[in-house]
Amino acid sequence: MHKFTRTVILGLIASAAFAALISTPAFAQQKVKIGFISTFSGPGGVIGTDMRNSVELALDHLGRKVGGLDTELIYGDDQQKPDVGKQVSDEMVKKHQVNFVAGVIWSNVMLAVAPSVTQAGTFMIGTNAGPHQLAGAGCHEMFFTTSWQNDQTPEAMGKHMQDAGINDVYLMAPNYAAGKDMLTGFKRTFKGRIVGEVYTTVNQPDYQAELAQLRSKNPKAVMVFYPGGMGINFLKQYSEAGLRGQFPLYSVYTVDELTIPAVKHAALGQLETRYWSQDLKNEANVKFVADYRKKYNGKTPSFYGAQSYDGILLIDSAVRAAKGNMADKKGMIAAMRKADFKSTRGKFTYGQNHFPIQNYYLLKAVAGSTPTSDPVMEIQKTVFTNYKDSYGKDCKMKW
Amino acid sequence: MNLVLVAEQTLNGLQLGVMLFLLAAGLTLVFGIMNLVNLAHGALYMVGAYLAAYFYQTTGSFALGVLLGLAGTLVVGIVVELVALRTLYERDHLDQVLATFGLILFFNELIAILWGRSAIYSTLPPYLTGHVELIGSLRYPLYRLVIIGVGLAVAVLLWFVVSRTRLGMLIRAGASNRAMVAALGINIRRLYTIVFGFGAALAGLAGLLAGPIFSVQPGMGELILIQVFVVIVIGGIGSIRGAFAGALIVGMVDTLGRAFLKPALSAIISPAAGDAAGPALASMLIYLLMAAVLAFRPEGLFPSRGS
Repeated sequence: MHKFTRTVILGLIASAAFAALISTPAFAQQKVKIGFISTFSGPGGVIGTDMRNSVELALDHLGRKVGGLDTELIYGDDQQKPDVGKQVSDEMVKKHQVNFVAGVIWSNVMLAVAPSVTQAGTFMIGTNAGPHQLAGAGCHEMFFTTSWQNDQTPEAMGKHMQDAGINDVYLMAPNYAAGKDMLTGFKRTFKGRIVGEVYTTVNQPDYQAELAQLRSKNPKAVMVFYPGGMGINFLKQYSEAGLRGQFPLYSVYTVDELTIPAVKHAALGQLETRYWSQDLKNEANVKFVADYRKKYNGKTPSFYGAQSYDGILLIDSAVRAAKGNMADKKGMIAAMRKADFKSTRGKFTYGQNHFPIQNYYLLKAVAGSTPTSDPVMEIQKTVFTNYKDSYGKDCKMKW
Repeated sequence: MNLVLVAEQTLNGLQLGVMLFLLAAGLTLVFGIMNLVNLAHGALYMVGAYLAAYFYQTTGSFALGVLLGLAGTLVVGIVVELVALRTLYERDHLDQVLATFGLILFFNELIAILWGRSAIYSTLPPYLTGHVELIGSLRYPLYRLVIIGVGLAVAVLLWFVVSRTRLGMLIRAGASNRAMVAALGINIRRLYTIVFGFGAALAGLAGLLAGPIFSVQPGMGELILIQVFVVIVIGGIGSIRGAFAGALIVGMVDTLGRAFLKPALSAIISPAAGDAAGPALASMLIYLLMAAVLAFRPEGLFPSRGS
């Protein structure tokens, strides 16, 4: 009798402990909180929507659990303004106490957001803007990006145009942090003659005056950077002014899956450089593009979306490596430096400044599969393999 | 700097000017007569662009798209006046600013729900594309000339309506002394509705002209509205003449500044100074002009006679 009772009690304790082990692992009370900042209103809102769609798709693919933990996502709208972006990120860090702040389209917003997030000891995972300051002296162990450093994409275009022997190029970009980085990058690899360099006001709707100046310079080619709605305005007016046939147009971040539906044939033949394309053949990307189309009425994702999808997967890899212990920041940094996740661009590595070392391709807008479908971006060739940015040498971080 | 380029940039300035005039005329009329600050004027511009692009797509006829877009914006304007703005005339300007700011948010969201946040496709019909040979080697896009023509025609029409018709007389009287007009047995409420619908249609006209060459997307109106406010401050609030003069001045100053300020600074001071200061200064030029006008003629260059 006595022995029997003891066995029963032991059995009870054992099974209770076992049950506790399954239902409540050591970190059960832990939860991942991610604040995602993008532009959801105004002309930039279309980019933010694509990023949010991709974040949601990443969560679907992870079973709504980042790193196996319950996940709370808070979206914040920066309205494309640095001061608003900083306000939103401060609220995420201080009030909501998020573990990660992610997103941010615009370089000027990023320059306001990233330092205050990382100084508060919170991770900043950039999924678009790559201002040179953050890649060089301003690099930080709490800052990672799944995109690129601004200069790199135009550097690839500069290389392509240099190799093609094009001379007398006319450059245009909006007058803000990224616009300057882009043209600086272009001039780093393009050594031919530049006949004009024009900076326009951000979100300026009409380019007619600048196009007239351009025509008077009679360049051999034109290279521009006009992201989002600015690109739509620019392309429409470039075509309408009859310059398409006259001066070949090269661009970075101007023609993409988000702007093509608004300009259709005006985009045909456009050359861009980029590290990602919807037709990039790797397992993660094929799945990402197919599931995105399935979830969002046949829409094609853009590189903004691909980077944001990767951002969530990067966070997932960090949380998994730290076994859900959100206090283990050293462990998460070490994990993210390995870039150990299935990226939509294929395998890449991180430079010592936490910016990707990756391939850059030349893309072209070609006619869609049917006469009524929109043009699609397709890879033509590889311009750079495992390409590193030019500012990493100023970054003092050691690992 | 060759003459052809200067001539072309002058035409560009004129084209931007008449575009701003179409928007400024409605805004200044509404302010002058109804004493209402309407921040949502840009929303009506957006509605015009969307309706015209939508009807052009569905009917396949650009002319029909323009007609339905214009009529649609007129109807939207009248409905907005009847439903939302009627209650605001007696309130102070701060309440009006708040309420019409609310209307901006409402219209941007409504458009985003109906058409999505992405810019929609809008283009020109084949017969409006191409170029016209003007004097010498100056080739100018046909559609830009059409915009100039329409803008100037509207200016003449407005001048005729305001100064030569009974409706215009009422509008001028309403701007000078509303209480007296009402006391003389004029239905001032109906006059308000007509004026607001009219202003809305003008904004819609500007929007549908802009559609084929600009990005048609939610929030497109706010980008241009700031310049329109600069126009009516420079021209004198409530005055159509002022709106016309202000629009042409702003259009010219902005365009010529963007085109020639950088080369001019480079030639006069140094290329480095031109590169550094040119683009920044060019985008500030119209605001500097506005500040100067406010300092020396706070009532604007052509104030309405009533005030």
